[in-house]
Amino acid sequence: MNSSSTRLYNFQFICLPRSRSIKPSLPVPAGSRLTLPSLERPAAHCRANRHRPLPEAKGCRGRRKSRGASLSARADLHGRQEVLKWNGWGYNDSKFTFNKKGQAEFTGKRYKLSGMVLPALREWMEKTFGASLDHKTTSRASLTLSEVPEAVVNEGFLQDIIAAGISYSQDAEDRVFRAHGHCLHEMFALREGMFKRVPDIIVWPACHEDVVRIVALACKHNVCVIPFGGGTSVSNALECPEEERRTIVSLDTSQMNRILWIDEKNLTAHVESGITGQDLEKRLNEFGYCTGHEPDSMEFSTLGGWVATRASGMKKNIYGNIEDLVVHLKVVTPKGIVEKSCQGPRMSTGPDIYHFIMGSEGTLGVVTEVTIKIRPVPEYQKYGSVVFPNFERGVACLREVARQRCAPASIRLMDNAQFQFGHALKPQVASIFTSFLDGLKKFYITKFKGFDPNQLCVATLLFEGDREKVLQHEKQVYDIAAKFGGLAAGEDNGQRGYMLTFVIAYLRDLGMDYYLIGESFETSVPWDRVLDLCRNVKERIARECKERGVQFPPFSTCRVTQTYDAGACVYFYFAFNYRGISDPVHVYEEIEFAAREEILANGGSLSHHHGVGKLRKQWLKDSISDVGIGMLTSVKNFVDPDNIFGNRNLL
Amino acid sequence: MMARPMGSLHFQKDYRSKKREVFEDILEERRQSSDLHYAMKCYTPVLYKNLTPCKPSAIKAAVLTSDQLQYVMKQISLESGDPLEVIQEQAAEILDEMGHNLHMGAIRLFALSLCKIFKKLFRKVCVNEEGIQRLTQVIQEHPVVLLPSHRSYIDFLMMSYILYTYDLALPVIAAGMDFMSMRIVGELLRMSGAFFMRRTFRGNKLYWAVFAEYVKTILRNGYAPVEFFVEGQRSRPCKTLNPKFGLLNVVMEPFFKGEVYDTYLVPISISYERILEESLYAYELLGVPKPKESTSGLIKARRILNDNFGSIHVHFGQPMSLRSLASGRIHRSQYNLIPRHLPHRPSEEMQSFVCDVAHEVELHQISNMVLSPGVLIAAILLQNLPAINYSVLVDQTLSVKDLTESFGGSLDWPDSMPSCRVVQSSIELHSNFINTVDGQVTLLEYEQTGDPNKELIFKSAVSVLMCASYRNQMVNLYVRPALVVLACKISQSLKKVIEYIQWPLRKSGYHLGTDTSYEIFKLFQFLRSVFTKEFIFFPGFEEKDFEEGCFLLTKCGILHLTSHEIIMNEKGASAALFLSRMFQPFLESYQLACIYLAMDVCETFTEKQYVSGLRNFIAHRILAGVTKCYEALSSDIQKNTLASFVQMGTVKKVKSYPVNKDSHPFFHPHLGFLENGKTRVFFIYQEDCKYQISHLCKFLKYRYTDKNIPTPPIGFLENGKIHVFLFSKTNLNTNFQAFNIFCF
Ligand SMILES: Cc1cc2nc3c(=O)[nH]c(=O)nc-3n(C[C@H](O)[C@H](O)[C@H](O)COP(=O)(O)OP(=O)(O)OC[C@H]3O[C@@H](n4cnc5c(N)ncnc54)[C@H](O)[C@@H]3O)c2cc1C
Repeated sequence: MNSSSTRLYNFQFICLPRSRSIKPSLPVPAGSRLTLPSLERPAAHCRANRHRPLPEAKGCRGRRKSRGASLSARADLHGRQEVLKWNGWGYNDSKFTFNKKGQAEFTGKRYKLSGMVLPALREWMEKTFGASLDHKTTSRASLTLSEVPEAVVNEGFLQDIIAAGISYSQDAEDRVFRAHGHCLHEMFALREGMFKRVPDIIVWPACHEDVVRIVALACKHNVCVIPFGGGTSVSNALECPEEERRTIVSLDTSQMNRILWIDEKNLTAHVESGITGQDLEKRLNEFGYCTGHEPDSMEFSTLGGWVATRASGMKKNIYGNIEDLVVHLKVVTPKGIVEKSCQGPRMSTGPDIYHFIMGSEGTLGVVTEVTIKIRPVPEYQKYGSVVFPNFERGVACLREVARQRCAPASIRLMDNAQFQFGHALKPQVASIFTSFLDGLKKFYITKFKGFDPNQLCVATLLFEGDREKVLQHEKQVYDIAAKFGGLAAGEDNGQRGYMLTFVIAYLRDLGMDYYLIGESFETSVPWDRVLDLCRNVKERIARECKERGVQFPPFSTCRVTQTYDAGACVYFYFAFNYRGISDPVHVYEEIEFAAREEILANGGSLSHHHGVGKLRKQWLKDSISDVGIGMLTSVKNFVDPDNIFGNRNLL
Repeated sequence: MMARPMGSLHFQKDYRSKKREVFEDILEERRQSSDLHYAMKCYTPVLYKNLTPCKPSAIKAAVLTSDQLQYVMKQISLESGDPLEVIQEQAAEILDEMGHNLHMGAIRLFALSLCKIFKKLFRKVCVNEEGIQRLTQVIQEHPVVLLPSHRSYIDFLMMSYILYTYDLALPVIAAGMDFMSMRIVGELLRMSGAFFMRRTFRGNKLYWAVFAEYVKTILRNGYAPVEFFVEGQRSRPCKTLNPKFGLLNVVMEPFFKGEVYDTYLVPISISYERILEESLYAYELLGVPKPKESTSGLIKARRILNDNFGSIHVHFGQPMSLRSLASGRIHRSQYNLIPRHLPHRPSEEMQSFVCDVAHEVELHQISNMVLSPGVLIAAILLQNLPAINYSVLVDQTLSVKDLTESFGGSLDWPDSMPSCRVVQSSIELHSNFINTVDGQVTLLEYEQTGDPNKELIFKSAVSVLMCASYRNQMVNLYVRPALVVLACKISQSLKKVIEYIQWPLRKSGYHLGTDTSYEIFKLFQFLRSVFTKEFIFFPGFEEKDFEEGCFLLTKCGILHLTSHEIIMNEKGASAALFLSRMFQPFLESYQLACIYLAMDVCETFTEKQYVSGLRNFIAHRILAGVTKCYEALSSDIQKNTLASFVQMGTVKKVKSYPVNKDSHPFFHPHLGFLENGKTRVFFIYQEDCKYQISHLCKFLKYRYTDKNIPTPPIGFLENGKIHVFLFSKTNLNTNFQAFNIFCF
């Protein structure tokens, strides 16, 4: 493996110089330095890893079992739980609040928006949702441990895990932390309810061999294993099946986060599956590389999670989606290890077995190591934005860009409601936030009267490559845009748009404090149906809300986030004010259900990248045919006859 | 029976608006203020919320450049070898020919002249304003399709006039092409939004493509409400015609292909106290070609202007959401796998859906029709030819009025007036065919003395058909209870016949068990299936129709139900008689058609030949004094009989493929003889039918006594021609046994 063409890097934890930073808005996770292992040790020696429990650590584990688990011990060992919210999105220190003056602000220091006041947000919330600062709900302050379901202990398994020297925990907080992803009802359960079923024990394998051992033990003792990556799932994939009577083991991959080698000749890197997106990029950057795979959740989601869900990154136009990036996979299943014997870039060897794994959503085994393509960090990056008179023209432009196959690294088109929403997030002061609308107003009055502020929509662009090519490319795209009535609207607006994607996820928590609940969902659809689908889904949501007694019209908006030769990915945000509704989560779910039906009826897919999980299972059969289900079932039955990987996703 | 997820379709009464709606006379205001002022009023109709405003020319351009039409044009060009440009030119011409135009000036002129004309012609034009309010709302939310009943050319003039009056967008109307030749009127109509469709363009692929795309483009844009007639044409017999599906398919497509969020269908019932075209229709039904509409003809029609046509009621029904109708029934995703611009045949599922919706629309139309006293009088008079005593007529009209109301019909009955005045003024209104002489009410020109000849028969027939066209306005309201009554009567006479000839029950296969209600239901089912083309039944809802019939009859005390039996009450006898006699002409017409068919059994014929042959046959029978069923001369009924025979498999429509040998043999299963060993009797409850039955049977007997006759003679095939089906050998014997019953 360690041939002459492969160089092993000794990773030092150096922050990239600001100037080189591709995504300046990306924060450095506080806990990451503690948990990043060094690559000095070859993988085979991982048993000597300091994360392996030392005798003292064993003692520590013994304590953890008893009620008084020491927080610091856990933080040392497992990091992220300490810096992340237990009942919401993202870092503890970053959140939207209303200050004493009643103005919204975003706390913390991690993001560009951090520490800024957003004067328009409050009014937007009031106007859009009829929300009011006087009507507040509050989450419980901390987990009520007594409500956490009792752990089902499989003594034999536990003893074997201890004997194998694998880190584990039975602590209630640890268990609840891994009992969910980020669906609305899951957040609700954390804030004011409880899950019916949570994992009974967490294990932290430190390397591939640990996983092999854990899976063998799981088979031996017939316990259920649920792999847990970044926990960002939005498809109920992590939810523990209520009816599962066996012990549920949450296999947390976070300790498997090393880059094992980088192969510059072939531009690949071999990486453990538990690494998060931001760590992966940061550390590859240090050596002048990147994967370019940037899902919006990349701060927290993991390489293994991407493979397991068939994730898609914002810059797929240049780098490809996860299925384009994966060169080799190593997967531990109850039947043994699945992998291919070489790293040929393409093979005709029957159906691609990796495609059983990509999108398997933790139902077949654990992805432990991935060889992934890497690229040199681009020399130059440029943001951009275009305003269109209306959404129709915008979509037509994106379609043309796709036809000419000249899509920039990223191109996203927001509808009018989202454009207005973007405005609500305008901070009080900041150079890059020079008022867009103000500039635009001038535009209107002078040249471009006829753009209706209630119709216009914006596309944000991100170009990458060498400088000259980027500039050339930029011109090409703006020329096309001009044909569809699009006007260049500046780099700042573009950059702001991308920055916001990381912050928007935090907004839901603020909303939930004020009776606003919401969620996003996505689909992919052929070009000719994009407009119809967007219109009908939005309309359906509005009508379903009305029928269910939602008093204010909902916020339902969409954007086209990806372009393909034959279609596009469309992403919806949907939120509403639930005051006066007794069971908001249920109402929300009914509406999301209706919206998904509408999507399917309009030729959209069940999912472009979020996956099926348990949330969309009921439609899978219609989506892939009975025989298709049969094919998946027979693979599952062969690979995992005892349903060890029993999270019950997909099938 | 499989439950259809079509919601709570139970009874006819469900179609009706829950409470009686109030009608406003819109002419009243016009009689009091200036017409010119009205025509010049500020006209700012409410618009569809997603409308992108555009001119008719932009619509036309959109049609011509649409993927759909482009595709078809390329297809045609490939098939025909004509260059694409030529086809495109043709398409543009077609579009110009049918396309509408919209000129405010024309609309105002149009409004002005219509209001003058209407004031002359009609006493009142009444509109349910609640319906208008509902319409106003949906027009803003969704593309809307207006579906009025069609009894007269006045229909679409009236529709546009009303919409203008209420400040609603003028509809774009898919109207028949005959108007094109009426220069001025045609152009005026066009400029106020009508567009035209050739009556027949079957097989003209380009025409259809242009037309369909035009309609869809208008709907997608929400440019204006689209209006057309589910009945397809003006109903000459003034009885709701069986629906046509082509246009309905077209207007539904944008919804099913996801191009619009929803589409609303609005059933509209237009009821005339007196129909402008009444005599014209009678001639047409008797096979006299109708005079081509022309403007000069219309001017001649000025004479009409001095006539009184009573009042009109226009009821705007509950708008029906296509989305709700289709929910759970049609998966829009079935269109996911083919590019949406490709033409395709609607799936079977879709066809049955469209068929159901069409029926639902018509049932709504029917239940919201407003019946005038003249309708009741016509019905009574037809049962009492040649004459009825005036005061008896008044009495009967009153009891039919009660009956109609308890069946849920809406009547326009001036309660403030004494009933004899009501009857009197109705008779006056219809004085062109009803006559009062010496206290006897008669039908004008009916069976005048003299040697019976074809001409006299013809004259009588005109009167009868005119009169029938009024009665026909109520038959669909009455058909369910009436068929139950008929079924009861048939069951009774069957019992008698079987007792009389002591036919071993087992052998006959006819089980007159204790459960007569089941037997009656089976007979009802049979009658209903015979008459599916004649009356409007919701497809498949046999049990519900039966239940409804029984329910209404019980409600009126005409019959009562025990656990196994349906019993006719003595005191309901006269009402029952009225019901059965109302449908007697239909029964008889179908019988006559059967006999005719049996006599002509080996022929292959076209519909035209069938109609003229049958007409001659019936005329002869009338001449011979065997029947008095003038209504059987109506080409409408004749065509329906044929359609019914086809549907029942008695007659088969043949294109260029061979007759399917496994299909139903002649007279199997429904026309009165055997089905699965069970006797089906259809004709024998009335005394005067005996002859026909036995005649028919004798005829058949004569023909088929010789068992050596090889399997039935013939089955000629020719394009588009209809073949009569033949006896199958296997059924020959059993058929015989059945005939024997009646050939005593
Ligand atoms: C704010 C936000 C933005 C998002 N944006 C994007 C986006 O842009 N693009 C995108 O594709 N998705 C996006 N997602 C969805 C989510 O981030 C992806 O599905 C991601 O791939 C999940 O990775 P994870 O590591 O968090 O996996 P988890 O959520 O922990 O797990 C997801 C599923 O994968 C299984 N799994 C995890 N790791 C492994 C493994 N090593 N082996 C086997 N199975 C495993 C789990 O059992 C589970 O079924 C977003 C989610 C949020 C909340």
